[in-house]
Amino acid sequence: MLLRVERLTKRFGELTANHQVDLSVERGQIHAIIGPNGAGKTTFFNLISGFYPPTSGRILFKGTNITGWPPERIAKKGIARTFQTTHLFEEATVLDNVIIGNRLRTRSGFWDVILRTKRERREERESLDRGREVLDFVGLSHLAGEPVSEITQEQKKRVAFALALATQPELVLLDEPAAGVNPDETDGLAVLIKKMADTGRTVCLIEHKTSMIMSLADRITVLNQGERIVEGTPEEIQGNPAVIEAYLGGDPTGDGRPQTV
Amino acid sequence: MSWLLNTRNGWIAVILAALVFPMIVQNQYVLHVVTLAMIWAISVYGYNMNVGYIGSLSLAHVGFFAIGAYTLGLLTVKAGWGFWSSFAAALVLTAVIGFFVGLVSFRTKGHFFAIYTMCVGFIIYLVIGQWDSLTGGVRGLIGIPHPPPIGPITFDTLQSQYYLMLFFLAVTIFVAKWLRDSLTGRTFLAVRNSEELARAIGISPRKNQLLSFVISCFFAGLAGALYVSFIRFIGPEIANIVLGFEMLMYLIIGGIGTLAGPLVGTLLVVWLTQSLQFLQESRMILFGPLLVALVIFYPQGIVGGIAGWRNRRKRTPSQKREGKMPASKAEEVG
Repeated sequence: MLLRVERLTKRFGELTANHQVDLSVERGQIHAIIGPNGAGKTTFFNLISGFYPPTSGRILFKGTNITGWPPERIAKKGIARTFQTTHLFEEATVLDNVIIGNRLRTRSGFWDVILRTKRERREERESLDRGREVLDFVGLSHLAGEPVSEITQEQKKRVAFALALATQPELVLLDEPAAGVNPDETDGLAVLIKKMADTGRTVCLIEHKTSMIMSLADRITVLNQGERIVEGTPEEIQGNPAVIEAYLGGDPTGDGRPQTV
Repeated sequence: MSWLLNTRNGWIAVILAALVFPMIVQNQYVLHVVTLAMIWAISVYGYNMNVGYIGSLSLAHVGFFAIGAYTLGLLTVKAGWGFWSSFAAALVLTAVIGFFVGLVSFRTKGHFFAIYTMCVGFIIYLVIGQWDSLTGGVRGLIGIPHPPPIGPITFDTLQSQYYLMLFFLAVTIFVAKWLRDSLTGRTFLAVRNSEELARAIGISPRKNQLLSFVISCFFAGLAGALYVSFIRFIGPEIANIVLGFEMLMYLIIGGIGTLAGPLVGTLLVVWLTQSLQFLQESRMILFGPLLVALVIFYPQGIVGGIAGWRNRRKRTPSQKREGKMPASKAEEVG
């Protein structure tokens, strides 16, 4: 078990965003977290990646209790994440954006700058190599020299993936990776996510596009109003009355598709 | 003309011009003003390493300039230390005080950081002005020595002091360049871009902000120490927040976060100030609108504006990019 979340609860004052959520993610799997808007999915990611301290509960990663660790420490431990709104450095080139992802594996500091040390040069080279490698992985090598402001939304998503991968994570948390891209591009991103899992990374993602999830995920956890209502394989989820209830409670069309953002 | 647009050649031209400048210009007043401008430039470079590289707007910068200046002044005049040991002590002390101030200040963020550091700057100003027995209060300190000779090199003429400041300015610019191009500099940039994203990729914003703050304080202290050894007199007015805003103005006009910005901004504004001397205080009527226009149209200052223009020019041939259309469509969907 790579990630194990036990009875995780987060309260913001009166509001309980996550209530006693359990989650187990196995190595090499793609694990999706779905649920209607406001179900507490992003909060849940923020808890795992350390952006919010949980009110109660435990998070175990590779057997280590990482509950309450700051995000930067969790990132070093091997969990990378992307955000719903990709914020990249718009003026910088694609390559420059991802080079910094290797920073947490380097040690050069200010004195290395002043003394122009070998370590600084070696680590710069390593970071550059890593940057090229991850760009190659996400299929953007040809855009390495373009400023981020000049590339498409879907390409920006790929850059964000590449940046996360540059940290050499074992677990990648993707927060709505396909939000705001068209159906064709969504398929392309799904292929990329599959490729991540196939090359040994574990992926945990939040997504609203059900068709994508159903074909991609090994397991699905459904959250509703901050609680886990069910977990299982896509087949199990699809026919589950609780899930249909959660999603379609007020949906007159009944086409089984949740609203997208 | 176009060869000048090449960054490297541009810098070489600047260095050559700076080296021959005192030989061509015999006017002592002009040389004095330019020497002073180089000292400001050192301070503005330090400022840029904080405000520009990592994006935390400290308004205490001028306070650290004053700490560097007063440390050198007090140690040489009152404690009877040697010049160079006082000089080193001034730099170290400024950086150390900067470290502790930063430790507290970075508990605040954004606007609050700016306000907090402005208060720190004002406290430094008040302490210097009021602590009569140590600093001499409003009367200030006089009789601060020029740098003593190093081997055969003496610093008692204006020309030699010009070269001394040029040397320190060059060192500062090199550090600014190395820092910008290093992993540490990239880390600063990542923090400036988004603290949230920086944390997600394992970078601690606080640690890096503190580092950049200390570096910037160090250069403020260096500029302060050089200033006082050049002018040989100090009063509390050098800690005045107005001077701090002036340095910020140099930086904004030249170009925040750029390498040449501090130099361009400082030289340009000092030159303008000198040419508009006859307007006295009302020259701000001219500077105000200029600054506002610049911030609106060229938020990255003169240097940033030129760089942007050059980039656009370079890009125009390869303008047609197929990916362009889906991008805007996709954004509407999202």
